[in-house]
Amino acid sequence: MSTDPSGQVLPLSRGSWAEVLARHGQGHRFAGLLAAAVPGGTRLTVVLALADRLQGYDRLVPDELARVDSLTAHLPAAAWYERAMTDLHGLRVDGQPSPRPLVLPLPGQVSPPRPGGPAPSPALEPDEHVIGLHVDGPGMFTIPHGPVRSGVTESVEYLLETPGEDISHLHVRVFAKHRGIQSRFSGLGLPDATLLAERVEGVASVAHATAFAQAVESALGVQAPVCAGLSRVLHAELERIANHVDVALRLSEAAGLSVAVSRLGWHKERVLRLVSQLCGNRFGRGVVIPGGVSRLPGLAGEQVVAALTGIADALLADADALMRTPSFLDRLRGTGPLDHGLAARHGALGPIGRGSGFDDDDRRLRPYAGYAQLCPEPVLGQAGDAQARLAVRLGEVRESVRLARAAALALEEHRGEPTSVKLPAEDGRGLGWAEAPHGEVLYDVELRAGTVLRAAPRSASLHNLPLFATTFQGDIFTDFPFVEASFGLPIAGVVL
Amino acid sequence: MPWMFRGLRNGVLTTGYPARPDPYGEAWRGAVRLRGSGVPAPGAARLGCPTGALSEAPDGLRLDRGRCILCGRCVEAAPEALEWQAGAEVAALRRDDLLAPSPGPEDEDLEAVRADLATRVSALGRSVHLRHVDAGSDGSEEWELAALWNPVYDAHRLGIYLTASPRHADVLVVTGAGARGMVAPLLATYEAMPRPRVVMALGTDAISGGLVAPSYALTGGIGAIVPVDVWVPGSPPSPLSILHGLLLALGRLPDRRGGRS
Ligand code: SF4
Repeated sequence: MSTDPSGQVLPLSRGSWAEVLARHGQGHRFAGLLAAAVPGGTRLTVVLALADRLQGYDRLVPDELARVDSLTAHLPAAAWYERAMTDLHGLRVDGQPSPRPLVLPLPGQVSPPRPGGPAPSPALEPDEHVIGLHVDGPGMFTIPHGPVRSGVTESVEYLLETPGEDISHLHVRVFAKHRGIQSRFSGLGLPDATLLAERVEGVASVAHATAFAQAVESALGVQAPVCAGLSRVLHAELERIANHVDVALRLSEAAGLSVAVSRLGWHKERVLRLVSQLCGNRFGRGVVIPGGVSRLPGLAGEQVVAALTGIADALLADADALMRTPSFLDRLRGTGPLDHGLAARHGALGPIGRGSGFDDDDRRLRPYAGYAQLCPEPVLGQAGDAQARLAVRLGEVRESVRLARAAALALEEHRGEPTSVKLPAEDGRGLGWAEAPHGEVLYDVELRAGTVLRAAPRSASLHNLPLFATTFQGDIFTDFPFVEASFGLPIAGVVL
Repeated sequence: MPWMFRGLRNGVLTTGYPARPDPYGEAWRGAVRLRGSGVPAPGAARLGCPTGALSEAPDGLRLDRGRCILCGRCVEAAPEALEWQAGAEVAALRRDDLLAPSPGPEDEDLEAVRADLATRVSALGRSVHLRHVDAGSDGSEEWELAALWNPVYDAHRLGIYLTASPRHADVLVVTGAGARGMVAPLLATYEAMPRPRVVMALGTDAISGGLVAPSYALTGGIGAIVPVDVWVPGSPPSPLSILHGLLLALGRLPDRRGGRS
């Protein structure tokens, strides 16, 4: 196993989950379970969120064994991670309650791709027949919806299993757009790998590049300059505003509020144009690099503040109007409820967790980039329904405007300073995290002589999507578009 | 009802494109280009292109805009050989037209392509209906496509609509690098469309697989799955580039610059 002088990843003693479960029992959030092929076996890494940082715990499953006891029995939030682990590494997970394929259904005789391993896998054809369907009882029928959907949406398939109007079970099938991203990272130089991180979940390019870069920086024991941290904040907060406006837009669309849809579309466009004025790309791509940023914003602090104020005045007025539109709120209130207990047990990330009163935000609790200096204010909901999730997002837009302005102004005091530090071409391993609009993104990155040996991204979408199916009550057909929009999870980040 | 009065203030936002050039589109860094023909190769490896869009040939540097993700690295490394090209109009009707230098004159061939497309699109009414399929995108292409119906681009004013049903679709817009799990659904959508039909590959990923390919899970572009009529490079392309690509395929670009090639 690779050296990790920072102590961000520790080996598990006695090759069992006991230590992880004990720590989780002390109240540390389960943040993910990553897997990578290493010489001699498969390395499983459980990531827990401690009070002030993320901590990884490694366990090696030797190739001759290729099986491991399930974490899911104790920690239901691990279920999708284990299913992905079986798909990509062929590991048998003893006691996994729902061992169906998730990201890559392959016939038994086909070798899995084994990301992290030395050789790229040959082409693999997914075979949906491998998945099978469990049907709960007689009189059930299944309504498939997707993977090609109406409107402009990412591909995902929902299978509604129902005895009538009420939903009995919702299966989410995500494998269709699996791209093999984790394997693709291996062997890339750091600049290329950063560009790839931006494409793991394109609408959160800045968050992914930041989490990746910070993992590299920890692995190599370097720190990005202050001006780079502030630039990362500025871009990340603009990205958050655009994403939250997008969710409000989709909810308005579901409710048929055409004027709101058009107004919100205009605001979103203005935000993306401001981003492109700052860096030449509407998604903030190319800004974040390991060690810092490639360049400072193309507008001076005062100009950013002026542009953002113009956008925010109109946007926030519309947001207020939206939250005062009774016909709209009627559709959101009580829809897609996620109670606080489940949100907390699952470690629900981002606005989905915060809408249910589960308060975890890396920007505040595990500050990175320029956040410690800028002190983000928490925005919390209680009700756990679609309305609460939207209210959290709109509250966060307001706070993001403040943070972006503050970062833009603070940056001016650092103009002329170097925007990045040089990286040693060394070995190392590190974890990096960032609070994306959809919640925490994390990367486990392992470097060999300054290039990527292995990298495993984990998006908030993968972690949160299993909760989606638990939030349906009553009439699924009318609620579905609202629940889906209020979750607002990019599918690209789920299957990678 | 607050929304009624709010709506009225939106009228003046809409671009005049394509009747008039759009200032945002004109300034957009839509492509990189070689500075002249026969540009001596400064050592393609030294340019560090992440996607292999640059290669060396005996007669100089080759650029494949269908692989370019516009990272700008080559422009920075060799400004004497490469430069940004301003403008959002970057789409092409043939894959080869994204190559520089162009592999051959073959203007007759382009004319044939145009004529074939013109015959097909002439059967379409004034209103054109689009069906979108995501075949393994990163999600950003969807944002830029959906933006066409915001008040700034307002594709409805040009008679361009989205449809949920492939049976009512004239144009199939495909995003993503060709996820193998999407091959069958994409083909099914294509087959369900009435003829004539037009296919757009939206984005560098859809054209060549971009940076996410090669991968065991990807075909490396959607041209391997369905026949493509119009190619729109960009990672992702801007909404105006997508609009340009649509109008180019539909033969609806005004001839305001004395004929574009
Ligand atoms: S701008 Fe395009 S051609 Fe130049 S290095 Fe980047 S991807 Fe390659």
